[in-house]
Amino acid sequence: MKCRRCKAPAVMDIRRHNASFCATCFLHHCTEQVRRTIDDFKMIAPGERVLVAVSGGKDSLALWDLLLDMGYEADGLYLGLGIGEYSDESGRMTRAYADKRGAKLIEVDLRDDYGFDIPSGSKAARRVPCSACGLSKRSLFNKAALDGGYDVVATGHNLDDEAAVLFGNVLRWSTDYLGRQLPVLPGEHGFPRKVKPLVRLGEREMAAFCVLKGIDYIVEECPMAAGNKHIGYKEALNAIEETSPGTKHAFYFGFVDRTHARFAAEAVPQGGDLGRCDRCGAPTTAEVCAFCRLVERAAAP
Amino acid sequence: MKVLLRNPRRELDVPGPLRVNALLAQLDLNRESVLVIKGDTLVTGDAMLADDDSVEVRPVISGGAA
Ligand code: SF4
Ligand SMILES: [Zn+2]
Ligand SMILES: [Zn+2]
Repeated sequence: MKCRRCKAPAVMDIRRHNASFCATCFLHHCTEQVRRTIDDFKMIAPGERVLVAVSGGKDSLALWDLLLDMGYEADGLYLGLGIGEYSDESGRMTRAYADKRGAKLIEVDLRDDYGFDIPSGSKAARRVPCSACGLSKRSLFNKAALDGGYDVVATGHNLDDEAAVLFGNVLRWSTDYLGRQLPVLPGEHGFPRKVKPLVRLGEREMAAFCVLKGIDYIVEECPMAAGNKHIGYKEALNAIEETSPGTKHAFYFGFVDRTHARFAAEAVPQGGDLGRCDRCGAPTTAEVCAFCRLVERAAAP
Repeated sequence: MKVLLRNPRRELDVPGPLRVNALLAQLDLNRESVLVIKGDTLVTGDAMLADDDSVEVRPVISGGAA
């Protein structure tokens, strides 16, 4: 196969675009897609400071790399989850990347700073690990963004992630989630804006981006993810995509462009109807926010 | 050829020559879910792999719901 742009030998084929690219043109393609996404959804204004949620995985490191190369003021936030060797390795990858780029990395460690880790904390609090983990990530990213005066939190969710979440929400008709599933969540009620600049790029493209840019990322999977629904949805969508390339894109962007508005009225806004958490001051509908309740139960000896 | 698979890490011996897509079909892997890396670069589905090549078949699906 030859590169679509320059006719050099191709290294990467993207079936849904019916195109192949050489390394240089593929990296250019990724940058274009991200530029277009940021512009179309008005994700980041000139001069705004971005906090990138980095995990050591391919998506978040690729996102950070793209934003830095595009000239954004983007710092990283790494959350130590205490998931054994997986967390040690992902922390090493993240720090190595930040060092290589001379980029600023903020670290928060659940064990050191809050007295629990995901495996033991989720058990004590009787939550499934990914639920305790997701709640912790959301709260701590919000807090770090507000403390650091960042305008935007950027996460590495790619097209496959968003299509899989959409698939799950449609299967259960979770209309409140459908109502707020967009590539941008506006900042409101003391929450920073949340953006997903990688939604036009597939997961295979993000892995290819890292390989071609020489970014070391953690290939091993989080042991807590094994067998979760989300992975099952991705596999199901990939089975369809294999015979009908472009399905994931049509499914997700058909929703964003043409269907989302029908659910907007049912969306629960970030934080809902707002008071402040008695413990930490975060916006919440309850007296004590869900994260502080998690900390209390998870950190109990 | 030597084929390195990940998650869990293991190595297979597959006789070549063989095209990348044929290798993936033989291993019953979905082309959407993996990258094939030969030496230090990526190869496309139609690329030919020789008997003395070493390739890595790297899964790209990542997991958490959050
Ligand atoms: S798989 Fe679950 S526990 Fe592991 S990092 Fe993702 S959300 Fe957290
Ligand atoms: Zn090219
Ligand atoms: Zn709180």
